[in-house]
Amino acid sequence: MASYSTNELCNGLKVMLEGAPCIILEVEFVKPGKGQAFNRVKLRQLTTGRVWERTFKSGESIEAADVMESKMSFLYRDGQTWHFMESQNYEQYQATTAVVGKAAQWLAEQMECQVTLWNGEVISVTPPNFVELTVSETDPGVRGNTSSGGSKPATLSTGAVVKVPLFIEEGDVIRLDTRTATYQGRSGQT
Amino acid sequence: MRAHIYHQIRTFFAERKVLEVTTPHLVTAAVTDPHIESITVADKRYLRTSPEYAMKRLLAGGSGDIYQLSASFRAGDVGQYHHPEFTLLEWYRLGWNSATLRNEITELVGLLLGQRTVRTHDYADLFAQHFSCDPHHASVDELAAIAQQHITICAEESDPLFWLDLLFSHIIAPTLGQNHFDFIYNYPTSQAALAQWTQDEQGRVVADRFELYIDGMEIANGCRELTDAAEHRRRFAEDQRQRQTAHAPLYSADEDFLAAIDAGLPSCAGVAVGIDRIVMIAANLTHIQQAMTFAVA
Repeated sequence: MASYSTNELCNGLKVMLEGAPCIILEVEFVKPGKGQAFNRVKLRQLTTGRVWERTFKSGESIEAADVMESKMSFLYRDGQTWHFMESQNYEQYQATTAVVGKAAQWLAEQMECQVTLWNGEVISVTPPNFVELTVSETDPGVRGNTSSGGSKPATLSTGAVVKVPLFIEEGDVIRLDTRTATYQGRSGQT
Repeated sequence: MRAHIYHQIRTFFAERKVLEVTTPHLVTAAVTDPHIESITVADKRYLRTSPEYAMKRLLAGGSGDIYQLSASFRAGDVGQYHHPEFTLLEWYRLGWNSATLRNEITELVGLLLGQRTVRTHDYADLFAQHFSCDPHHASVDELAAIAQQHITICAEESDPLFWLDLLFSHIIAPTLGQNHFDFIYNYPTSQAALAQWTQDEQGRVVADRFELYIDGMEIANGCRELTDAAEHRRRFAEDQRQRQTAHAPLYSADEDFLAAIDAGLPSCAGVAVGIDRIVMIAANLTHIQQAMTFAVA
């Protein structure tokens, strides 16, 4: 297995730590006046998203993680299994509902997502920052209300529940920011 | 900014009749210190990691008080406060002890950065305050247990010095030098480098070495210099032993330097000051590369 020496560590590098793949967020070189040098590293565990802080002795080596990011379109869901297809080579991958996690509420068929693979297995799915989805359920809109006139909950075709302005009706296609889960506007107007 | 600082330094030493010297950057012997790596530029030719050996040869030859303001080089030292090429101001005072040299450092650094209140801390007292432990006697297990409470460390080490360095650099150092000039002295003998040994107030044998911290950064590293030739050879041999254990490259000791020590190094105190870090503080910079015209790292 490939490995990195501590002096090769840099932001974005993927390494194995305690059996789990991690991405390096920050590296700090710490060296006292006369003595041992250390590398203080901040990493995000890729399967849980948890952030870890670890100190390594300079000169040690750390195992590389076989982690790949790739663009895939979401095909369909079949019970607990979510199917994706690599956009470049049309290879298909499966992920469980647990792995898809919070991304599940935004995934509509054909949507292109960022998928992280570790040893060829899907370990996380990130939806696009902005998506357009259909409102499947919301209270009837009140005529004459403008976008600044308050909000109401709406359920989207994918299951997500977001706050929308009062004039939005069932069947409307709306634009959303998946990072903040917020309404951005009606489709075609932002 | 840098030009002004250099001018102030040169004026400071001219007024005090300390002679500016220039010694080679390209040297024939690599440093033996197990934690410092030389940059090798050709077969048995290295870039100096500090001007110490050459300056001590001048002292042994009767130069009197001397200083040097120039670049040194260390392989692999890259970080927020480290750059492989860096600027050291190093000076030696004949017949002085650590305390008198610390006073002169305070005057110079105060001139460059604005005076601050000086505090001096015994190394052991800092460990007592932070961790209620005695760094001179604590066992590896005790130090490792303290370290694990504060830091998640991915290494196993049986050398207590490793744990002392870890605790000092990660926990204690960041608290030092905030609005003060903080001097730390009486280091464990395992961190003596080429400092004389002495006894602290409690009769413990310690290294007569000190460091100055400003804004959490180590700025100066000085000591009452070791003059005994046999003890020099013993410490170089110990460096080699540690390098062997760590599978680090082995280099022969600098024989020209040892010959000078044999001839007799006068009693003196010396210090090296990191000038790039001084520039960082003076110009309020957060990364050492911002203090350089062009960085290579």
